[in-house]
Amino acid sequence: MSDSQTASPETVDEERRDFIHIAAVTATVVGAGAVAYPLVDQMNPASDTKAASSLEVDTTKIPLGGEIRVLIGGKPFFLRHRTAEEIAAAAGVPLDRLPDPETDADRLVPMPDGELNPAMLITSGTCTHLGCVPVGPSQGNTGDYGGWYCPCHGSHYDTSGRIRKGPAPKNLAIPNYEYVTPGVVKISL
Amino acid sequence: MKLYRLLSAGLGALALTLTAHAAGGAKHPHPPKEGWSFAGPLGQFDMASVQRGYQVYREVCSSCHSMKLLSYRNLGEPGGPFYDAMYPNANDNPLVKQFAMEDEILSETPDEYGDYQYRPARPSDAFRSPYPNEEAARAANGGAYPPDLSVITKARGHGADGDGANYVYSLLSGYPGFDEILFGEDENGEPYDYFEFDDGEEQGQLIQPIGQYYNPYMAGDVSAYWDGDPRHTPKGGFLAMGPQLMPGRVEYMDGTEATVEQMAIDVAQFLQWAGDPKQVQRKSLALPALIYLVILAGLLWFSYQRIWRKVGH
Amino acid sequence: MSGHESTYTPKTGFEKWLDSRLPIVRLAHDSFVDFPTPKNLNYWYTFGGILAICLAIQIITGIVLAMHYTATVDEAFASVERIMRDVPYGWLLRYVHAVGASMFFLAVYVHMFRGLYYGSYKAPREVLWLLGCVIFLLMMATAFLGYMLPWGQMSLHGANVIIGLFGAIPLIGEGLQTWLMGGPSIGNQTLQRFFSLHYLLPFMIAGVVILHIWALHVPGNNNPTGVEVKDVEKDTVPFHPYYTVKDGFAIVLFLIIFAAFVFYAPNVLGHADNYIEANPLVTPAHIVPEWYLLPFYAILRAITFDIGPISAKLLGVIFMFGSIAVLFALPWLDTSKVKSMRYRPVAKQFFFGFVAAALLLGWCGASNPDDPIIPLGDDKLQVAYTTEAGIDGVAVFAGYEDAAAFRSEKLAEGATASISIKKAPAFRFIHLAQILTAYYFAYFLIILPYLGLRETPKDEPDAIHKSVLGSAAAVPAE
Repeated sequence: MSDSQTASPETVDEERRDFIHIAAVTATVVGAGAVAYPLVDQMNPASDTKAASSLEVDTTKIPLGGEIRVLIGGKPFFLRHRTAEEIAAAAGVPLDRLPDPETDADRLVPMPDGELNPAMLITSGTCTHLGCVPVGPSQGNTGDYGGWYCPCHGSHYDTSGRIRKGPAPKNLAIPNYEYVTPGVVKISL
Repeated sequence: MKLYRLLSAGLGALALTLTAHAAGGAKHPHPPKEGWSFAGPLGQFDMASVQRGYQVYREVCSSCHSMKLLSYRNLGEPGGPFYDAMYPNANDNPLVKQFAMEDEILSETPDEYGDYQYRPARPSDAFRSPYPNEEAARAANGGAYPPDLSVITKARGHGADGDGANYVYSLLSGYPGFDEILFGEDENGEPYDYFEFDDGEEQGQLIQPIGQYYNPYMAGDVSAYWDGDPRHTPKGGFLAMGPQLMPGRVEYMDGTEATVEQMAIDVAQFLQWAGDPKQVQRKSLALPALIYLVILAGLLWFSYQRIWRKVGH
Repeated sequence: MSGHESTYTPKTGFEKWLDSRLPIVRLAHDSFVDFPTPKNLNYWYTFGGILAICLAIQIITGIVLAMHYTATVDEAFASVERIMRDVPYGWLLRYVHAVGASMFFLAVYVHMFRGLYYGSYKAPREVLWLLGCVIFLLMMATAFLGYMLPWGQMSLHGANVIIGLFGAIPLIGEGLQTWLMGGPSIGNQTLQRFFSLHYLLPFMIAGVVILHIWALHVPGNNNPTGVEVKDVEKDTVPFHPYYTVKDGFAIVLFLIIFAAFVFYAPNVLGHADNYIEANPLVTPAHIVPEWYLLPFYAILRAITFDIGPISAKLLGVIFMFGSIAVLFALPWLDTSKVKSMRYRPVAKQFFFGFVAAALLLGWCGASNPDDPIIPLGDDKLQVAYTTEAGIDGVAVFAGYEDAAAFRSEKLAEGATASISIKKAPAFRFIHLAQILTAYYFAYFLIILPYLGLRETPKDEPDAIHKSVLGSAAAVPAE
């Protein structure tokens, strides 16, 4: 645009003008971004949805050998009160026999005193294949390994919730939970 | 020419503001002497006052007034009276859990027999309502329905900052004193309460019907019970709620003396927070937004000037 | 589409490919970049752009709010408060939408007054004006539908009043009411359909706005002199960057006022009673619409007398809708050859009177019709009594003691007697509203037609560039 060494007032003006226009447009774009932020953020979970995303469950009422199922945010979770045989069966499986190797101890969260509570197994209730909810002791079918059986495509889970046979690739997920007291767990999404 | 337009616009606006009188012939509500800390563009809540106000609500008001749009967790959320940075999730806040646990509410899910049992509330639950429905509330209060207080401060006044809190404070502290109630007997020997007015043109007796309480800040019309000049009836109306705040009615957790004035201020402040929990956040976003807009206006002004400099217009 | 040749030349291969298939870039360029616009437009002319931004703001915030709102009578009020408390930035979106409706009407009234003053409705821009009136009607309908949604006391009872007006229409009125409400009274079915229509109408507004801009671009913009563009080179500048930046600046100033309301006083333009959940059994003491509908509300209430078989209620409805209908007829009512009131000294005064009348009608709409504006005396007391013999009598007193003494006298004689207020004659809001309504209609139906024929206008400039002061350079710098 400027064709000589000495910048004429016109070209100097042009350059200065360009700067102010760039500044104005930039400021407008920044403002538009600031306006867009709440418009996008409003679709994030609202406070009441977030408040409903954890649940405290009293585990003392679960009968031995039985389980209860809870829904948090629409997702199912199993809380199973395991018998001594079930605990032993879970601990005694060699890892190389598991499609998704994991020890039973790794699937338990310690109590406030640091001790593990193998009698209480808490897992997600969603089959890792395509998302059905497996049946268990309450439905009278624990599959070939004494844990859970998924009727949709025939996945068998053992007493630690680990996949043993069938199309599911991974063990039943262990949710985020903690012992508030030895008899009460708080499960969070 | 522009002056005419400005003048007529200004006159119109002035006229509109002049007609802003208190509704229904009531006295105009006013703030306490010190004013409100939350009022004004830089207003902040006096959280200690909001906490005390919650205590007043719990111990005095919640036996009749619901606050269905509030949950216990709101007390512990950022901006709430019991927010603790150690517990970013209000559901974990021990004080909030304590407040919730002390109230029993009806469970939304039935037990194994299909019955609905009472259980201690959780932080995620809404505040316990004193009555299950409006009919029960009316039956327990002589046909009058104690209004829900969730947004009471937005539902009174003219939408200006602090209008609603002024109303709550004035109403609760504005009842005539007990020493002003006089007792008489009508011709059938039936006793009645009345007030004696001796103030300029307001001369006469105002009878207080049974079950109703006179308050100068309540919108209403007392002329049916006034025996003086009908052109000068006392301001205010009757409401079914009698004076609730007595000195020492509440023992504040923080040791503040519970005078009527103090309790009225605190509960008004609490209700102000409850009605619009985001107001402080709103005002704090105001300044950056307006500063940005002013800067943007300046940039656009100079841009405009540059572009138009050479054009006669 | 418009009167001038397209100056757009596609440069890249993609541009040429698109231009031969769907010349949308060409359309945008010709309408908003290279569009020749009179160089003398003042700030009153920025409100069109401001209105476009208002529409965009309302649509965007509205769609986003609709993600969280529940349109049932049990949940509506609570869902709005949920938006205010739990939805991230919900409080901001709600306040922007509510204040935005008021700002939208503020801008549209300025825009309309601008049109009235500069004669923008006159030939060849009649269709432009008519489309604008249609947009105005759609805006009022949208606002009325939207005000129902929070399901507060004013929502319900205000809607009751307006739907009740339809009942005044002879023959079809009752049926029309039932059809609108979907039942014998306003209920859940009404709320749900109002939500659906409230979501629909803004898109119809957007469509009519496109027609409105198209109808503007055919003749081109009017300008403060009212003199048409004679020489495109000398009289006009391209819309971009001259008016894009000027409109941008005005929009930001407008947003500052908008933001001041949203952040510091979001509820002053509304009514506190709408924060009380709707209760069909309890009627609020004063039912008023939002401020931007107050002048029409005042006209509605101004007609208190029957004319022959037509009831006052129906007359009020006719006058209220008539006050908007008369706008549609304006291009043919105003007989003046001169467009801009700059050069019409007598009409100009009547125009300012009209502005004042509109503002004062708003004041009347907000007030109780029976309230006095200028008392013409003091309220007196009257004692009405019926003697034992059955003879009625009335006595008027200035002082209370006298009235009370007289009443005691009559009671002692065995008559029945009671004191009541005899209101002083006064100039009341109803009288003012009637005068202003008369002026409103007279302005359009009598004054403008008459003045157009009789007034001697001042000399108009020959051309826009001759009227413009300052720089001699007629060609804008690159």
